[in-house]
Amino acid sequence: MPEKLLYLTELVGLVVYDLKGRRIGRIRDAALVPLIDPARIDRFLIGGGWSWLVFRHDQVRSISLKGIHLKDEKLIPYHADEYMLRLVRDLMDKQIIDAQGRKVVRVTDVTFAIHENGSGSQLRVLEVDVGLRSIVRRIFQGAVPRSWIRKIQNPIPVNSIRWELTNILEPDPQRRLRLNISHALLEKMHPADLADIVEELSPDNREAIFEAIDEEVAADTLSEVEPDIQASILESLETDRAADILEEMAPDEAADALGELEEDTSAGILAEMESEPKTEVRELLEFKEDTAGGLMNTEYVALHSKATIADAFEALRGNEELHDSLNSLFLVDEDGKLTAAVPLARLFSGTVQTPLAELAVELLIQVDVTAKQDKVTELFDKYNLLSLPVVDEEGVMEGVITADDVITVLREK
Amino acid sequence: MRVARFFRRFKHRIGIFVAVLGPGLITAIVDNDAGGIYTYSQAGAKYGYLPLWTLAPITLLLIVTQEMCSRMGAVTGKGLSDLIREEYGVRTTFVMMAALVATNLTNVMANFAGVATSLELFHVSRYISVPLAALAVWLLIVKNSYARVEKVLLFSCSLYVCYIIAGFLVNPDWKEAAVYSVRPVLMLDPGYLGLLIGMVGTSVAPWMQFYLQAAIVEKGVTVKEYAESRVEVIVGCIVMSVIAFFIIVACAGAIWDVKPRDITDATDAALGLKPFGEYAYLLFCAGLLNASLFAACILPLSTAYTVCEGLGFESGQSLDFKQAPIFYWLFTLLIAAGAGVTLLPGFPLVKMILFSQVINGVLLPFVLIYMILLVNKPRVMKTHINSRWYNFVAWTSVVVIIGMTLALVGITIRDL
Repeated sequence: MPEKLLYLTELVGLVVYDLKGRRIGRIRDAALVPLIDPARIDRFLIGGGWSWLVFRHDQVRSISLKGIHLKDEKLIPYHADEYMLRLVRDLMDKQIIDAQGRKVVRVTDVTFAIHENGSGSQLRVLEVDVGLRSIVRRIFQGAVPRSWIRKIQNPIPVNSIRWELTNILEPDPQRRLRLNISHALLEKMHPADLADIVEELSPDNREAIFEAIDEEVAADTLSEVEPDIQASILESLETDRAADILEEMAPDEAADALGELEEDTSAGILAEMESEPKTEVRELLEFKEDTAGGLMNTEYVALHSKATIADAFEALRGNEELHDSLNSLFLVDEDGKLTAAVPLARLFSGTVQTPLAELAVELLIQVDVTAKQDKVTELFDKYNLLSLPVVDEEGVMEGVITADDVITVLREK
Repeated sequence: MRVARFFRRFKHRIGIFVAVLGPGLITAIVDNDAGGIYTYSQAGAKYGYLPLWTLAPITLLLIVTQEMCSRMGAVTGKGLSDLIREEYGVRTTFVMMAALVATNLTNVMANFAGVATSLELFHVSRYISVPLAALAVWLLIVKNSYARVEKVLLFSCSLYVCYIIAGFLVNPDWKEAAVYSVRPVLMLDPGYLGLLIGMVGTSVAPWMQFYLQAAIVEKGVTVKEYAESRVEVIVGCIVMSVIAFFIIVACAGAIWDVKPRDITDATDAALGLKPFGEYAYLLFCAGLLNASLFAACILPLSTAYTVCEGLGFESGQSLDFKQAPIFYWLFTLLIAAGAGVTLLPGFPLVKMILFSQVINGVLLPFVLIYMILLVNKPRVMKTHINSRWYNFVAWTSVVVIIGMTLALVGITIRDL
């Protein structure tokens, strides 16, 4: 049996009748109390005369397009309540996130299912409507009888998002708690998708998301956001929150993000960071943005030049967090000077005793920290590199540039 | 030491200024599209230097309205159609968007007609020039990101220098021009009053407000950079009126000085410049072509963005036809229809343009009033609402613009 549906556009303006069938007033708004039930309409607001009145979900006997009939006559005056999400005021025409479609949408209407139980009816929020069909409903709302509107909209395809898959945006942290808004759906998204969403939002809502989501997710997402938006997000956050997020980012990306800020702000955030990531980021900040030093990161694995495959395995086990992005190991002598690069896949072609030096690439390509970024991209192109070690003027290894850094540079051009 | 610091600070500011450059300048300059050039040419040809004084108040009106829009963009990070939708609902937005599409469509027509007539002076048939121009505009929008399109538009802005050179070549009476720029002249001549109303009434158009605010948001201008952005908006408005000044002066020197007369369109004005040398004439034509192409490019794009944003359809040049069908179809249709009608023999283009002025005049008061209401809402603007003094200026400006626009509607309806 198909569920009986009702739209918010239809609910608003619906006449409410008391026990004896007398008209009390018309529905003005409906509210959820998400802390109790995230989808059930808990309160109905009716406007009559000067003040608004409220009745609760368990006072409803029946709901249909013809009106709402109540079981009793207990109506109380409406008082603004921080725990209520009022659909017309707080949801209609506002932006929300469609977690499944991974985009920002604007609410045009809300679809309810009418649930009948023995003694009465309940409304549960089923879907949030976007698109043409709901726009038609809004345009004709109140001007044309409800049953006609249903006929007019019928040929237009439905464009709705299930209520559970949406994420409401609320800039005020207090209210976010009271309305029980979680960002669990956002935290499950791919950071690159979340970054695209964040870029579309207004500054308030960006800040709200970065305040609330998990630090690691925030860091991964921030790395994917456009530089100028990165800067405005970091500026809007509390300094310690910004520092916490930056600590979770790769040092080169944290340095790039800080480089976009004004000096006072970035110094303030740096001061709040923990000492280990701070020194790395600070060193990276010294380099000019458009040089090899500015592009490189300091997350790499370097072993002494006499190390064997066994030593390599040992070192890798200690650096699990690098595994996803690593594609070469580097060998350095006692002074820290770079002597060789070993592609990771070559480790499979030897035994555990094989010295790494035997597996090294024949031609060691390296670049000076002060080299211009054009030089870097040229080297990547010419030698088909995945990663490129960066050394100082004495040949001491400073960091590594990976292909994804180069792709970012090329995309920006 | 202090000098060095000042210099560094100054360089920093200039850097920000360059970074925010675009929205204000482009919006103000597109105001001088084919229709605008015709109005100013007419002013110069028929009344010489007398109407020059209106440029200063027009600049002020433009600055006041543009400043509020760009401030809303910087503070809220949302477009004007977004804000109207959030605060006033779907129905209001829908009606405004429908009116906006209608007036912008006729505007696009007028500008493709400008392309046609300006190239006909170079002996290019409109059956070649208009389809090519339409295709070029369409490809520019479809194949490029907005950031790139904006660069092309900024370059196009610089080509307006044509009019300044043309103005010098005509060698008008500079002393008269200077005097009448500051001396208001009112005559109870219906033609003259109609012209003044036309100049002021067409100076602020609804689409400009939507475009400017969206472009500011797109640039990512924040409250912190807003000071530079405001300078950019003001510079844009001044540049616009400088160009208008030279158009009026060129026509005054070339046509009015010889014999005051009515001109039929902007190309007629260009022909009037011919006795003053081939260059003046060519520059005037090239300027018209540039302006028409410029507007024919920006109007469909801005309309599509505004409508899709306000009604919540997918939009953006980074998406494709499938992902954002309404966005792409809307601007494709605007270009196709706008270019198409200029090729129809016997199409009542002048009537359409007059009709569009009527819709424009009906829509504009709503846009401006919603704008002022929005910019004064603390919920939307937080601490950046208008001050009391500024509100006085803003309301006065809006009332003047609305009054002039409605007067123009009255005149237009009488002529229709």
